[in-house]
Amino acid sequence: MNALANIKTIARRELGAYFASPLAYVFIVIFLLLCGFFTFMVGTRMGTFFEHGQASLDTFFIWHPWFYLFLVPAVGMRLWAEERRVGTLELLLTMPITSWQAIAGKFLASWLFLALALALTFPLVITVNYLGRPENGVIFCGYVGSWLMAGAYLAVSGITSAMTRSQVVSFIVSVVLCLFLLLAGFSPVIQFLSGWASPVVVQAVAACSVITHFENFQKGVLDSRDVIFFLSLIGFSLFTTAVILRGHRK
Amino acid sequence: MIQADGLTKLFGHTRAVDGISFSVARGEVLGFLGPNGAGKSTTMRMITGFLPPSAGRVAVGGFDLTDQPLPAKRLIGYLPENAPAYTDMTVWGFLNFAAEIRGLRGAAKTRAVNGVVEMCFLESVRHQSIETLSKGYRHRTCFAQSIIHDPDVLVLDEPTDGLDPNQKHEVRGLIRRMGATKAIIFSTHILEEVDAVCTRAIIIDRGKIVANGTPAELRQKSDMAGAVTLRVSGVAAAAVSARLHQIPQARRVAVLEEINGVVAVCVHPKPNVADGELPRAVGEAAQGWRIQQLQVEEGRLDEVFRSLTLPETVDQKTGVGSRKSEVGGRKSE
Repeated sequence: MNALANIKTIARRELGAYFASPLAYVFIVIFLLLCGFFTFMVGTRMGTFFEHGQASLDTFFIWHPWFYLFLVPAVGMRLWAEERRVGTLELLLTMPITSWQAIAGKFLASWLFLALALALTFPLVITVNYLGRPENGVIFCGYVGSWLMAGAYLAVSGITSAMTRSQVVSFIVSVVLCLFLLLAGFSPVIQFLSGWASPVVVQAVAACSVITHFENFQKGVLDSRDVIFFLSLIGFSLFTTAVILRGHRK
Repeated sequence: MIQADGLTKLFGHTRAVDGISFSVARGEVLGFLGPNGAGKSTTMRMITGFLPPSAGRVAVGGFDLTDQPLPAKRLIGYLPENAPAYTDMTVWGFLNFAAEIRGLRGAAKTRAVNGVVEMCFLESVRHQSIETLSKGYRHRTCFAQSIIHDPDVLVLDEPTDGLDPNQKHEVRGLIRRMGATKAIIFSTHILEEVDAVCTRAIIIDRGKIVANGTPAELRQKSDMAGAVTLRVSGVAAAAVSARLHQIPQARRVAVLEEINGVVAVCVHPKPNVADGELPRAVGEAAQGWRIQQLQVEEGRLDEVFRSLTLPETVDQKTGVGSRKSEVGGRKSE
């Protein structure tokens, strides 16, 4: 109970910090603009949202791995880098809390923030329901997958943020790491790999990718393997963050 | 309340803190003195559990910081160096956060926050963002955070750094008052603070304790301790010096200055000369001179500090460092 209360206190402070700065508003506006633009103007190979002629949000979800590539590291970069730069990390870690509670609280706060941004795309769901009869289960599944993927990116950004005092360095390194997670399952990369690597290797690389796992969610398949993939990526990243934070104090 | 045994911290191959042992009981205010980089902040970071010691152990209230960090941390209030605070929060928000993370809820929380706001004179900036505060206010906000849960142990890293003289005075008063019921350890390099606040002081240099005692005891280590300064007029310096040299209790007589016919001399006592013997002897020797001032020196902390932390330039045994003390010793407190 005590641990939960501590996590809640930390998460609330962290969430407040997002909204105390312009970051939260800038992020939400840009995210929504991008979503609108890509869904209605760019779309998929099959065409834009309207050309698609289907009551689905495929043209919306397909872009999420790419939006998150830049947007999530921007949310995650300040998590620890800022605390280290200002010196509040010393304050936080000498409070009667464990470093796990601090890590969980901060991560949950930014994950909830991303959930809020994602939830604000609800007019799309209303639109598609107004225009046709979409499978709302598939849409829900897409949202769950998108949120899990955002969490995985976020946890990776947390690692790079804990490694440095500089938010810029953290941002760049986490974009590169997330790009790897993305490209590992990107079809041109898979085609390139399958030209010379054995199928096992190709499969192993593709299995590391967020795209492969997110695709299932987009299709409306809620496979426990995909959920476990994202959750274990989050868990591993948070653990690495803990190790790095402990390393600074050695 | 605080018990440190052989506390050591290595950064790579550098021994930042090297086998420090001390204890602080309730009702004590321990001043931590030392030049920059002596290991004061590192020691405090180990006491508060931010840095794990490389060797040795530290316990607060009987709880080892390595084995039982949470109960130990609950007892501690900590003001880190440079008084960090979440700059995007208001003073009010920040203190509420600090209170909550210390487990205070509801009415107890409100009472605690109001209490420290009043105690640290933060009323006027209560709803201001910490970012916009002046250094003094920011410092007091972080100080307020450290006392919000009325901790038994207070660890303050340079609590008066960056404050104006009035604020310094207020903070010292606060520390002294709280020192009656808490165990307090604070670092400083302002020596007057030691006299003003501490019941005991430790001087550390290059990671080691070089002195540990009450401010009065530390002053006794001074080359000037027990020395008598004398100002007479109408006599030549050489004659004054010659007559004072006759005093059996005098180890050394130094002429400090001779201005407009006024000669200032300092007579240093031999070791083991009883209190009051030297001034009496000097007084007798000075009969017939026009004495303008005769003063017994208490010893000076800054001189002790210098002699202990600058061993390569000051050697107490040979008295090479005494030249400095004579220059600085003209004006006594």
